[in-house]
Amino acid sequence: MKYSMSALVENKPGVLNRVASLFRRRSFNIDSLTVGRTEDPELSRMTILIEGTEAVARKVEKSLRKLPNVVQVEHLHDKPAVTRDLALIKVAVDSQKRPEVMQLCDIFRGRVVDVATDSVIVEITGEEEKIEGFIELLRQIGIVEMVRTGVVGMGRGNHTVVPTPGYKRRAAARQHKNVL
Amino acid sequence: MKLTGAEILWECLLREGVDLVFGYPGGAILPAYDAMTKYKQIHHVLVRHEQGAVHMADGYARATGKVGVALATSGPGATNMVTGIATAMLDSSPVVCITGQVPTGVIGSDAFQEVDITGITIPITKHNYLLTDVEELVDTIREAFHIARTGRQGPVLIDIPKDVQIAISDFKYPEEPISVPSELPISKGDEAEVEAAIELINSAKRPFILAGHGVSLSGAEKELQEFSELGHIPVGLTLLGKGALAEGHPLCFGMMGMHGEACVNHAIQEADLLLAFGMRFDDRVTGDLKTYALKSKKIHVDIDAAEINKNVRADVGIVGNLKDVLNQFIPMMKSINRGAWISQIRDWQKGTSVREFYTRESNGKLYAVHVIRDLWKLTGGDCLVVTDVGQHQMWEAQYYQHERPRTLLTSGGLGTMGFGFPAAIGAKLGKPEESVWAIVGDGGFQMTMTELATAVEQKANVIIAIMNNRYLGMVRQWQEFFYEERYSASPMGSPDFCLLADAYKVPNIRVTKREEIADSVAFAKEHSEGPVLIEYVVEKHDIVYPMVPAGAALHKMIRRPLAEQVAEEETVES
Repeated sequence: MKYSMSALVENKPGVLNRVASLFRRRSFNIDSLTVGRTEDPELSRMTILIEGTEAVARKVEKSLRKLPNVVQVEHLHDKPAVTRDLALIKVAVDSQKRPEVMQLCDIFRGRVVDVATDSVIVEITGEEEKIEGFIELLRQIGIVEMVRTGVVGMGRGNHTVVPTPGYKRRAAARQHKNVL
Repeated sequence: MKLTGAEILWECLLREGVDLVFGYPGGAILPAYDAMTKYKQIHHVLVRHEQGAVHMADGYARATGKVGVALATSGPGATNMVTGIATAMLDSSPVVCITGQVPTGVIGSDAFQEVDITGITIPITKHNYLLTDVEELVDTIREAFHIARTGRQGPVLIDIPKDVQIAISDFKYPEEPISVPSELPISKGDEAEVEAAIELINSAKRPFILAGHGVSLSGAEKELQEFSELGHIPVGLTLLGKGALAEGHPLCFGMMGMHGEACVNHAIQEADLLLAFGMRFDDRVTGDLKTYALKSKKIHVDIDAAEINKNVRADVGIVGNLKDVLNQFIPMMKSINRGAWISQIRDWQKGTSVREFYTRESNGKLYAVHVIRDLWKLTGGDCLVVTDVGQHQMWEAQYYQHERPRTLLTSGGLGTMGFGFPAAIGAKLGKPEESVWAIVGDGGFQMTMTELATAVEQKANVIIAIMNNRYLGMVRQWQEFFYEERYSASPMGSPDFCLLADAYKVPNIRVTKREEIADSVAFAKEHSEGPVLIEYVVEKHDIVYPMVPAGAALHKMIRRPLAEQVAEEETVES
């Protein structure tokens, strides 16, 4: 089964390396890991999707909490949450097949974002399963290349992942270099 | 006050209470060494290899409870520290390592003596830092010491580029205590969990305490004794738990695990409640997990939440400082007479009381067990013993009883050969009032004997007791048991250790007979001005009994042969 969790980490050099190193060292099987900025320039947010048992998911969480750069970690799988994945898929089509792709886009709420003589690029956002289904159909037509962002997630309503009340920002103002 | 980065480093170390550092200079750390000349309050121990510096800092930390500090240059200086850092990590020892780094401008260019030491040590430090700005120096050093000594203790590395050491900054030391952004202070256990635990404790018929390193790390020895006496609960110790409860205490049954007491392993398998206090269910302690302690519920108290349910599922898991959690337990405990359970364990103990030092009495040969048992007797069991890794380490744990905390220092988690001697130097310098013995094998000693020069220079009165069996004994034992006696690369030659000691002008003596052990101890007592070396030439073919083969069930131990069998085998051998 897949388990997702959201982690707030300090936006500092080497943090992604520390997290990745931890997963490798403990042999955690990571399905996807995304990281990006948040509304707070000092913090980044990671969404981590792991393949395994709930016990493993708990171990991942507890191990992450031990890293001094990790400010907060919460599971998303056990609470109402929105998760999204984005894919860009280049499909080989001639003018005859193009309408078929556009029809599929309509159904899946995808978008054609580039049209060339013998291919189109389709963009789709949604939950993982929906994207998987879409890809499966496009495979029949012919995928040239594909890229996915990996899952990002957020708890619904008051299920927030924010720093603990005791969280103290580091005293000294630091230079912010985006070298995750 | 305007200071250089290097001066700020020493100012900060002073404020962290550091008066002793172990190190080795080199290009990228030269500014720090130059600035050191202005800070006479801090004594620098010049080691002969950077691994020794970290082991010494580690030994110092384990003996004193304070943070040990090691210093090295970039590149090879830093990589030489790696084994020492991993050793400290696996045994939760608070050590701060400071390394020089090539100037920030050339980082990443494969400059001379450049190595990515923060990258290398991510998995073996609690945390590490690459400083790129002198303005961050003060906070970083404060944070590093804070991380090393709080929560589950461990090593922290700070990598300081040469230009940061040279850069000038306004030195201001903040008054307010440092905190780490993610940190939650850990002390008392969750009340609901504590109550759930107390319910199990008060209703258990056959409870058993597994006391680990966490007892001494949290200074909970008194509380542990009170707890076990109050509930009449017997205690087993992990290797690093030795000293958690005095081994002469009637409720203390000794070590558990692979080479532990059979009665302790039996008690673990038969218990209806295991109380794991500051231990982590290492595979050397549990044997096969599928057959481990199936009859018991488990209460696991640890300061590290990630240890709960890591190897063994806990029915109640309490994250907290053991001392505080025990103080929560104690007022709620019922005094229950568990005489039947305790006498059951005593019965098991009787069946296993045939020991090598009885069966091998006066047959003319010298056995390592003789040496260790006699050392225990002759030194009143009151020394601070540092061991290396291997057979002698297990025999020490079996036959040298420790009554006080922090009197056995040994590399338990990583099993680092070469740890013993340098760690003993660190321990002696931290605790000059203790009589420090480094009990080492001929193999392990040869890994770090280069520190003899350091010990002499520092006048560190460490008594080096080499159990020389001309073999890598534990390797030989495994080959005998599990590899059909093919002794591949385990026979090992050594220099004449006494001649070697002469070269360093270290007083030395060689012992080949049991009768001479007392003389060697007397000899050691006569020489207190520096290290002393005693070579005990012991039997080659010797085995640490009992033994749980790796991966076997804890109660399926290879037991000690009966006395007659031993005598017979020896006749055949000679």
